[in-house]
Amino acid sequence: MNKTLPTRLKSATLALLAAGLLAGCASSGNPKDPIEGFNRAMFAFNEGLDSLIVKPVATGYDAVLPSPIRTGVTNFFGNIDDLFIGVNNLLQGKIPEAFSDLGRVAINTTIGLLGVLDIATDAGLEKHNEDFGQTFGRWGVGNGAYVVIPVFGPRTVRDTVGLVLDVQADPVANHRPKGERDFAQVLRLVNGRANLLAADKVVEEAALDKYSYVRDAYLQRRRNLIHDGNPPRESEASLDTDRSLSVDARLEEPRAEAPSGGAVLVVRMEPVDTK
Amino acid sequence: MKYLFAILCGFIVATTPMAQDATAPDVLIKTVTNEVLDIVRKDKDIQSGNTRKAIDLVEAKVLPHFNFTRMTQLAMARDWRQANPAQQKVLTDEFRLLLVRTYSKALTEYKNQTIGFKPFALKPGETDVRVRTEIKQSGAGKNIELDYFLEKASSGWKVYDIEVGGISLVTNYRESFAAEVRNGGIDGLIKSLQAKNKTGEATSVKK
Repeated sequence: MNKTLPTRLKSATLALLAAGLLAGCASSGNPKDPIEGFNRAMFAFNEGLDSLIVKPVATGYDAVLPSPIRTGVTNFFGNIDDLFIGVNNLLQGKIPEAFSDLGRVAINTTIGLLGVLDIATDAGLEKHNEDFGQTFGRWGVGNGAYVVIPVFGPRTVRDTVGLVLDVQADPVANHRPKGERDFAQVLRLVNGRANLLAADKVVEEAALDKYSYVRDAYLQRRRNLIHDGNPPRESEASLDTDRSLSVDARLEEPRAEAPSGGAVLVVRMEPVDTK
Repeated sequence: MKYLFAILCGFIVATTPMAQDATAPDVLIKTVTNEVLDIVRKDKDIQSGNTRKAIDLVEAKVLPHFNFTRMTQLAMARDWRQANPAQQKVLTDEFRLLLVRTYSKALTEYKNQTIGFKPFALKPGETDVRVRTEIKQSGAGKNIELDYFLEKASSGWKVYDIEVGGISLVTNYRESFAAEVRNGGIDGLIKSLQAKNKTGEATSVKK
């Protein structure tokens, strides 16, 4: 009766989600993508935004700037990322990796001229890829539904929560004065997009349906990242060909290579992930 | 001396029961990769986006080492059994064309990346393996893993899946193939693949 506004909002959202879920199940039948209708609309919006503004700017940027400068820009923002990659490795219990990341930041920020040169990689400190979404995944949080977010693009519910934290912790977004912050954010976006121009052409060539191609690639990629490149081969029970099942059995081994700290979580996460 | 040689031969035959001309899978991947990239590095046409030429290169050097029937089967999952042999053949041909075109497109985007080959050891009796390589981009962040899955056939090791950064180029089609079959049956999927390949053909001729 006396529901407060947030509670009401919450139940409204839940109802909406449930409705979307039901509608989605009826239409697409893909359990990983229950709100496919909404997602397709959002995807089309993002594609439009990209082809009208972001991609042309990125193409110009790519054409005008010599590649050493673009590399410098990539490295500069990559160095800032490394700090939080280190924090996330720490949160995931991957201590040696975390120290390696922090070592990277120390080396690249100093000898690497504020991160413009990636000397740490040449010195043998490998660059990692971590974020809060992966940390949650590592902790056993399942994907949740696939969601396409305006501007940011493909995510899952879990990774959306991760994204909020990523943005909260992002030194660039928190930088002041605002003028510099905005410049840095635009530069990072454009540079990042420019790095994807080649991949983009290949996806256009490959995809039968770009929406589902990008979705499934995103889901596979995230799964791979959470397991640091060694995901257990996806259960292909749905295939029900004896042959591929036996292949699965043989490919199961890489699981053993997963860093010991996370092994328990990895196993626990599976039932949620495979669906 | 002859006796020793005979023992040696016997030993080789005994340890590699199926091997006729089977180059080890990692050696195969390494040889083909280096051979193809050497050609791309010297070919200005491919570098400037001549997809037709890249396709010819892929067809000559890469295709013989791929098992497209198996790839199509994996991409179609349980729908594969629904297709009759004639449909299976058309599906395999069209999917092959699509994959070749994609692979060729990727080659035309090749800049100065180098490929690193990770250590590989073939265990005795293994007939299904994963060969790990990585694309090293000069200064563009993290390396990208590029893994090949191979299966041993009577004619040597054949690739049946490729993973780029953990994304399987074959199983990534699974959901969209299933959706096509749900909506238009096996023939619906065939039509979509053919239409896709036609538009691809048009753009590659334009280039």
